Amino acid sequence: MSSIALRLTGSRGIAVVLAVAGWLAKFVAVVLVIATFSFLLVHAAPGDPAQVIAGQSGAADDKLLSQLREEYGLDKPYIVQLATYLKRVVTLDLGYSYRQQRPVLTLLAERMPATLLLTGSAFLLALIVGITLGTLAGVRAGKWSDMMLTVISLLFYAMPVFWLGLMLVLLFSVQLDWLPAFGYVTIGVPMTPIARARDILWHLTLPVMSLAAVYLAIYARLMRSSVIDITHQDFIKTARAKGLKQGRVVVRHILRNAILPVVTVAGMQAGSLVGGAVVIETVFAWPGLGRLTYDAVLQRDYPVLLGIFLVMSVIVIILNLVTDATYRLVDPRVTTRSAS
Amino acid sequence: MDTLKAFIRHPSGMAGLIILASIVMLAVLAPTLRPDDPWDMIGAPFQPPLSEGLLLGSDMLGRDVAAGIMYGARVSLTIGLASTLAAVFVGVLIGAVSGYCGGQIDDVMMRITELFQTIPGFILAILLVATLGPTLSHVIVAIGAVSWPPLARLTRAEFLRLRSREFVQAAVCQGQPSIAVVFRHILPNAISPIIVTGSLTIATAILIESALSFMGLGDPNLMSWGFMIGAARTVIRQAWWMSVFPGIAIVLSVLAINLLGEGLNDTLNPRLSRGGRH
Repeated sequence: MSSIALRLTGSRGIAVVLAVAGWLAKFVAVVLVIATFSFLLVHAAPGDPAQVIAGQSGAADDKLLSQLREEYGLDKPYIVQLATYLKRVVTLDLGYSYRQQRPVLTLLAERMPATLLLTGSAFLLALIVGITLGTLAGVRAGKWSDMMLTVISLLFYAMPVFWLGLMLVLLFSVQLDWLPAFGYVTIGVPMTPIARARDILWHLTLPVMSLAAVYLAIYARLMRSSVIDITHQDFIKTARAKGLKQGRVVVRHILRNAILPVVTVAGMQAGSLVGGAVVIETVFAWPGLGRLTYDAVLQRDYPVLLGIFLVMSVIVIILNLVTDATYRLVDPRVTTRSAS
Repeated sequence: MDTLKAFIRHPSGMAGLIILASIVMLAVLAPTLRPDDPWDMIGAPFQPPLSEGLLLGSDMLGRDVAAGIMYGARVSLTIGLASTLAAVFVGVLIGAVSGYCGGQIDDVMMRITELFQTIPGFILAILLVATLGPTLSHVIVAIGAVSWPPLARLTRAEFLRLRSREFVQAAVCQGQPSIAVVFRHILPNAISPIIVTGSLTIATAILIESALSFMGLGDPNLMSWGFMIGAARTVIRQAWWMSVFPGIAIVLSVLAINLLGEGLNDTLNPRLSRGGRH
């Protein structure tokens, strides 16, 4: 305990505090800007804002509309409306879905675990497999396996995620009948918790593979060029000259340095990963936020869409934080740099 | 001219150019080769590929899949190009002002750019199209709105780099107005990386467009690849061809543009490493 306290009082501690403060500031700024943006969008939509909030059904009765006008203060000046709206967002009141007859926050909370499971697994799979494959290709630069990786990653990079998902369904469920094509868990079968977990994992396989493929390809290519760059540096020659075995040089000297750009890019692409999850959930009827987005788009359910936009942005910021922390963990120099 | 020669000798770049040229040809010739409306029923539904008069089969409403792909190429390429032009305009403007002015303006503009990079772009695009209404121009605006940040950052970096170079300083010392310095001296020297990134942006724009129309947010009057796949999704067990072929069209176009972009990168910026794409 005392060593931790000591460390926190040093320059490293200040750096950590600064990093957390910076992250919090960014978090608040993003949330406020997105909320403002959502507000502007509702007003940019053609038609009466009250009608928009009610779900543009056209069937919304006058009583509900006037109640909404009252609630959102739609007869007041824009700036007052904006303030009211931001206050609601800050107090986690994301509105009410008149289409689904439920509070938006409840809807989002229900769908959140499935999306976190999907994006989290895909992110980890892409990082682990991408880094491994990229390292292997980088070490064997110029050989046929290296060429293969380049070609495959170019192909994956050109594929729409939803189409890749459908092609995997065609192969693994329609043709081979190995994996389930849609859903989260087998319905109507009583199961023990362990059997249920295994069943979910079973259903998770195809969506995760489809979502991870593109990122896996990107990380593998990036890792490959990074490994090649590092391999030519002097300290690697030194390590080899000391007589270290190839495996040890790769793991301790090359990998640790080469991984940094991959972590940076992975953090930057968190947003696109979350976007990919939306289409993948649509393809696989995965009951998460993405599937909810699809339904909300079909029904033009704006309160839900705006809530999803906010929550997904928050997920991206959190993923950014995770990669940032990883970066600090892998490269201690980052902390000292930001402290000075 | 040397650049052109170098590009012709670039095998994957040329391959990309040839594939892309063929797709453009198909798009241009669509009304000649298939004069019928791609939405019209021209045969029995669920006809597999190579059946009578239907090279790629028909869909569940008896529409010609091949015709759909040709007309879809028009939509995808138009949206890809137009939204990229919009993104280049916005990105270069913001990047140029940011990099040239520096200081607090730079600070504020880069904060905004960073913010747009944090927001999940695809969801923002969904929200924009859903709110403004699914028309061709709104889809272009939405894709442009989520595609400009990398271009802004790139332009800013180039402007920062070039601003301190002697020839730019010389122009400033001669008393040339800022507009002249930017347009006559800095921009021409920053243009090749912008072209390369811009060409790769077209590929991403096509992917976003296909995902939007897959989600049912394309212009309902225009046949598009994403829409075809989205509509055929539910019958994939019975009719694989309806979703396989439009997907191949997307992969080929995006792949061709990426190869072309990398070829341009290698010939226009020979000193930059090939890994500098991300």
